[in-house]
Amino acid sequence: MSNPPAAVPAGHEALPSIPIDLWINTFLFGALPYIALAVMIIGSIFRYDREPYTWRAGSSQLLRRKQLMWGSNMFHIGILFLFMGHFVGLLTPHSIYKHFISAEAKQLVAIYAGSVAGLICFAGLVLLMHRRFFDARIRRNSAFADNAILVILFVQLLLGLATVPFSLAHHDAEVMLRLSAWAQGIFTFEPGVGRYVAGLDWPYQAHLVLGMLIFLLLPFTRLVHIFSAPVRYIWRGGYQIVRSRKDLRHG
Amino acid sequence: MKIRAQIGKVLNLDKCIGCHTCSVTCKNVWTSREGMEYAWFNNVETKPGIGYPKDWENQKRWKGGWERVPGGSIRPRMGGKWRVLAKIFANPDLPEIDDYYEPFTFDYAHLQQAGESKAFPTARARSLISGKRMEKIEWGPNWEEILGGEFSKRSEDYNFEGVQKEIYGQFENTFMMYLPRLCEHCLNPTCVAACPSGAIYKREEDGIVLIDQEACRGWRMCVSGCPYKKIYYNWKSGKSEKCTFCYPRIEAGQPTVCSETCVGRIRYLGVMLYDADRIEEAASAESVEDLYQAQLDIFLDPNDPEVIEQARKDGVPEAWLEAARHSPVWKMAMEWKVAFPLHPEYRTLPMVWYVPPLSPINAAANAGQISVNNNMPDIRSLRIPLKYLANLLTAGDEEPIAVCLERMLAMRGYMRAKSIDGVHNESIATDVGLTGAQIEEMYKIMALADYEDRFVIPTGHREDAEDMFEERGSCGFSFGNGCSGGSSKTNLFATQTRKKLQTPTEVL
Repeated sequence: MSNPPAAVPAGHEALPSIPIDLWINTFLFGALPYIALAVMIIGSIFRYDREPYTWRAGSSQLLRRKQLMWGSNMFHIGILFLFMGHFVGLLTPHSIYKHFISAEAKQLVAIYAGSVAGLICFAGLVLLMHRRFFDARIRRNSAFADNAILVILFVQLLLGLATVPFSLAHHDAEVMLRLSAWAQGIFTFEPGVGRYVAGLDWPYQAHLVLGMLIFLLLPFTRLVHIFSAPVRYIWRGGYQIVRSRKDLRHG
Repeated sequence: MKIRAQIGKVLNLDKCIGCHTCSVTCKNVWTSREGMEYAWFNNVETKPGIGYPKDWENQKRWKGGWERVPGGSIRPRMGGKWRVLAKIFANPDLPEIDDYYEPFTFDYAHLQQAGESKAFPTARARSLISGKRMEKIEWGPNWEEILGGEFSKRSEDYNFEGVQKEIYGQFENTFMMYLPRLCEHCLNPTCVAACPSGAIYKREEDGIVLIDQEACRGWRMCVSGCPYKKIYYNWKSGKSEKCTFCYPRIEAGQPTVCSETCVGRIRYLGVMLYDADRIEEAASAESVEDLYQAQLDIFLDPNDPEVIEQARKDGVPEAWLEAARHSPVWKMAMEWKVAFPLHPEYRTLPMVWYVPPLSPINAAANAGQISVNNNMPDIRSLRIPLKYLANLLTAGDEEPIAVCLERMLAMRGYMRAKSIDGVHNESIATDVGLTGAQIEEMYKIMALADYEDRFVIPTGHREDAEDMFEERGSCGFSFGNGCSGGSSKTNLFATQTRKKLQTPTEVL
């Protein structure tokens, strides 16, 4: 009598092997966005609560004014424009903006406006990097994170600018639509969202991955000052602030 | 009328000997930290001179304080709120550290480690910012000490405006004074107004202006806003810091460190009551010459029953009202009119006031440059120091300065007659609009300057606001999160909330 072959318990069947490129695609464009956003949100709350004394812009203007006036202004104006462009451009659903502008026209606006802002930002960053790495005062008083984030932003900007020739090569706006489908899919928890950006030219993919890394690193760098942009100042009543102890009571 | 109390301060420059004890004790307590080496919450300048940081009084350059705009309202000279925000990426009105001075140390270890050599080993200077050798020290915290440095630089002193240039080189031979400076704890502070984060505030109970170190984001607008340049950006921590008026000491009824240690006994601390509802009105006076009087007008008489009644309603503690009645600041600023605000034209309504020095007058009199009138030097004939002091203390109005100096001379004359000749010469007093009794009180407070006359400081009344029993065993003062369980109300780690001292909340 021979024993029948042992039955494989349910759920233990051999899974079909996942091709490595699908695995990488799923990790980088399906999982990493959530990891990055989670680290950014939790890390920032954590730092704000536990280390409020470290939450600052980290200006070095007092030590060296030279190159900062042009560098910082150009960098910030450029990057704020780029951020707003990415934010609105990627996250506005096609069904909304198609009433105002065609996808093809939107792509052209994005390419040209983005290039101008990118070049302004580029000039600013070059000045800021020169100042940070070659000025003895600034160099000595820069933390590793200060240097690293500057280089990362610079590489990210170069990658972004590197996509311009690729975008100019095709006018059908398909890439742009795929990118925004991916970005919106992240926030609508769409399964397999990575497929939208699979097979895109390498500058796009590298730009996305590095962008997510910047989100991930944000709470650990001076970038947290972004969250403290003092817009409330505009609405603050009057100019003066007086604080009192009178309303303090321990329960 | 909304009555608030503030611990005000007067510095009697007539007795300042420029010893810098105030600066050094202050530095040892508050700013001997990395990032703050260059900062002196209290410093003493020799005048004439451009001061620290360089040329700080020149608001055309630094844009500190307020300006009155057509229509009668005031706004920070550096611009309204949108303009301030537009400067946030790079602030064109911010001094560089070299405008203060590059902080340095010396290679002391070399003195011990140097090998045998023909020349004596020296300790050479090294920058505390870059760590590099400094071949030449170009400027320091007190470069112009006793008229040090080149005259051509020193003569750029902003207070010489309206004084003929060719005169003061020769004039400098007889004229020099010291000016100790600290945060003015203004009634209408521009630093508070310019802070985009809302981290700077004035304390309701004692008027001390503080920076909330956890709310400061280092936008550095306050440094430009303050016309006295008494806010310092800590280049290490990325936060701004300023004179705290030694509030832990003030709350305990003790004088600030600079006042306590002043060997010349020139510093006075006392309560001033003022009408908080009229601050803006006073600061908006049309002509800068009117600002001194406008500020006097919002101070309230602590002996007036109506004022006392309203102050009680507004929550000023009884001990503070009592202290206000004995305030040396009130006496010098309001009764005898011998103390003045520093640069009232900045429209900040400063609360550290100054008694002008007689020394320039005396020096000139001894040099025979001044006519004598009824045995008293005729100070009005000495135009330059008068104009200079007026530019410093009354926005150029010479009359109040002249009256003050005459009163101080009268005090000397009256007391000399009394103690040497044994004569009570009431006419000396009445000639300057005072009585003999007032002169004798002036003498007791300003000349003898006993400790208890100089410092009339009621203790803080934390018990009115907080249940101090609950505070026992709580965390003390610390930077960072210290031993607190986080700064927000949310409890991240499900631990028991620790007791902690609370920071005051905004009421205005």
